[in-house]
Amino acid sequence: MSPTTYTLRAQGDRCLSIDFGDTIRLETGQLCLSAAATLGRAQLQGVTDIVPSYTAVALYYTPGVDLGGTDFGTLCAQVRDTLRQDLIQTTTSQRQVDIPVCYGGKHGPDLAEVAKKIGVSEQEVVEIHTRPGSMVFGLGFSPGHPYIGVHDAMFALPRRDVPRTAVPAGSVAIANCQSTIYPTLLPGGWHILGATPLKLFDLARAQPSLLLPGDQVRFLSISEQEYDRLVAQLAQVAA
Amino acid sequence: MTMHILKPGMLSSFQDEGRTGRQPLGVSVVGAMDQRAHRLANILVGNETDYASLEITLTGPTLQFTQACCLALCGADLSPMINGKPVAMNRPLVIRPQDTLQFGAKQHGTRAYLAVYGGFAIPDVLGSQSTYLRSHFGGWQGRALKRGDDIPLLRPLNEIGKDGKGLEALALALWSVKLYLPGVIAGSTRARIRLIKSQQWDEFTPASREALLNASYRISPDSERMGYRLQGPEVLMTKPRQMISEATTFGTIQVPAGGQPIVLMADRQTTGGYPKIAYVATVDLPLLAQMGPGDTIQFELVSLETAQALDAARTRAFNDLAQALAPVRSLLLNH
Repeated sequence: MSPTTYTLRAQGDRCLSIDFGDTIRLETGQLCLSAAATLGRAQLQGVTDIVPSYTAVALYYTPGVDLGGTDFGTLCAQVRDTLRQDLIQTTTSQRQVDIPVCYGGKHGPDLAEVAKKIGVSEQEVVEIHTRPGSMVFGLGFSPGHPYIGVHDAMFALPRRDVPRTAVPAGSVAIANCQSTIYPTLLPGGWHILGATPLKLFDLARAQPSLLLPGDQVRFLSISEQEYDRLVAQLAQVAA
Repeated sequence: MTMHILKPGMLSSFQDEGRTGRQPLGVSVVGAMDQRAHRLANILVGNETDYASLEITLTGPTLQFTQACCLALCGADLSPMINGKPVAMNRPLVIRPQDTLQFGAKQHGTRAYLAVYGGFAIPDVLGSQSTYLRSHFGGWQGRALKRGDDIPLLRPLNEIGKDGKGLEALALALWSVKLYLPGVIAGSTRARIRLIKSQQWDEFTPASREALLNASYRISPDSERMGYRLQGPEVLMTKPRQMISEATTFGTIQVPAGGQPIVLMADRQTTGGYPKIAYVATVDLPLLAQMGPGDTIQFELVSLETAQALDAARTRAFNDLAQALAPVRSLLLNH
């Protein structure tokens, strides 16, 4: 697979963005991840960071071809060359990560309201949210903070009008057909359906981030007892 | 051998060239706000530019050194004094055991950078020594300095020296090294901050574009390492539309619905979804980093090619300076 169309754009003088589309779709996200992996393998001179997002891949670079860096024109030509090759198929190596979630109750203060807004029962919201087929498009906002999608069109709720100033760590929340999980106590405007006992970001791990771009995510509904048991178990492992 | 913190100052944190390579995990780059001053301070004491320096904000700390060392101060002039006597900026300085470095009134700028020969003994976290203040890791215990902290230094200076001539002879020898700082490294003022158009430039109203290039914008009081909020004429899109979140850059000027632009700075989040009107040219980011709340800014446009040529010219000047300062390195190594 080689991308049919894309456009190149300068984001200031140290970043080049490659746009693969203008709507959030699983296929576009996968194309971004494949392109990012292929560009990473090419080890282009001067490139320091390659960051995939929903519809684009950003290449950060340092200036000066003669200084071990690059410039916009040189990098554009190299990107075009690289993307003419067959892209690395990230879909074939996707990891599947199960995320246990305790829905509703004290962990999911917005579950009832979300169910009401959509016009289904709370149980149905959980049923839809635990369907497989979601992918991590990228991480942003804070370390280990994933953007997971694309969910059923029923979850096309905009963010809350008034964001919360403090969302607890582990909260699983939805907005605009996507999910996120808050790695630490953070402000946030998404609708909180539940919480996971898993640590999203932990510097003690060789790979600090639990989730990586391209991971397939499956949410699993667990009871509050199970949640508490997992929290205790994880605390024991850490100690 | 330590640097003992008698007073922490307003916000003093270790920063380097940034934590690159981890943005795909949502880890912000952070690093020194004024990369020019950070680099210069390191080069002046014979270090590589990726050593952490101490970024000092407006009100400086009071620091006591238990052993001799060599340091340099660059960036904002916050009236540095050693044992109460004013000392020069932009020079390698020899510190004697028990010397106290403190700061007085701000002469110009917002952020000063303190580099010490051999570097500070602080751990690398995810490939960088920069303090990630919002996520509480990196630098010294993931936070700004506090009273009572003792920061170990990697290479204190021997009081006698290999040649037995002592610190005074070293200080004299360092002082006599000819130091020429070209404008791209030393220049601290410019009437207008240079901008590169974004791809969405034409989607903003003619009045907005005109205002951005002709009016003055004031840096709001809540501006800090994450971003500068600009107060001035509204910047509006002709047809406002939702943007899809994407990777951000140091110097992006994004415009939320209210029309008051925000310049993303060192501690920016890795992704953002607001429309962007322009980007500050990297070569002028140090000027912005030295401005603070209440200061006013004017902008002008520059082409991408010009911005990249200026940026590369500065990198080249730093490489040349590092070579020219070989005598400093050899004096310190052979002391």
